[in-house]
Amino acid sequence: MSSQAPIPALDEASKRELEGFLEQEQAKAKLQASIHELTNTCWNTCITGSISSKFSKGEAACLENCVDRFLDSSLYIVRQIEAQKQQI
Amino acid sequence: MSSLFGSGASSSSDMTARKDQMKQQIQQELAIANAQQLINKINENCFAKCVTKPSTSLTSSQESCLSQCMTLYMAAFDQVSRSYVARITKERGTAGLGL
Repeated sequence: MSSQAPIPALDEASKRELEGFLEQEQAKAKLQASIHELTNTCWNTCITGSISSKFSKGEAACLENCVDRFLDSSLYIVRQIEAQKQQI
Repeated sequence: MSSLFGSGASSSSDMTARKDQMKQQIQQELAIANAQQLINKINENCFAKCVTKPSTSLTSSQESCLSQCMTLYMAAFDQVSRSYVARITKERGTAGLGL
């Protein structure tokens, strides 16, 4: 994204439009990166048995809950830190 | 008649085509990067699961483990995507009300 290749014959409005588009796509890429990270984390947490043709019941349930509990943990930790900050 | 307005400036349809082409290229490159990331993660995690003792070549049971693992990893990816997007949508809704 750093290359400053000349972009001839694009007016200001088009440049702004492309900038907006790029921002949107970058947000999407960020979301996808988080999903890759989370899948990795949840896979390692939930898929503890050996691989077969489908998930065991426990593994499937674990995967279903994994994302929500991960985000709950994140919120909980932030709240704890805020609470500790106020005690000082 | 478009030559009336300055030399070298491309017509608006040219510009739209150029813009669309750039957008398409950006989307395509991001899609490729996303696919590569998924393949890397699958390899990393399925290798760890299936090839616990690397020998001189992959055994047929390691290969069948790898192909089952690929399918499962992609299913896990789908599940995580769905849960994550659902949660984000939900949090946005409540955050909007809370503030």
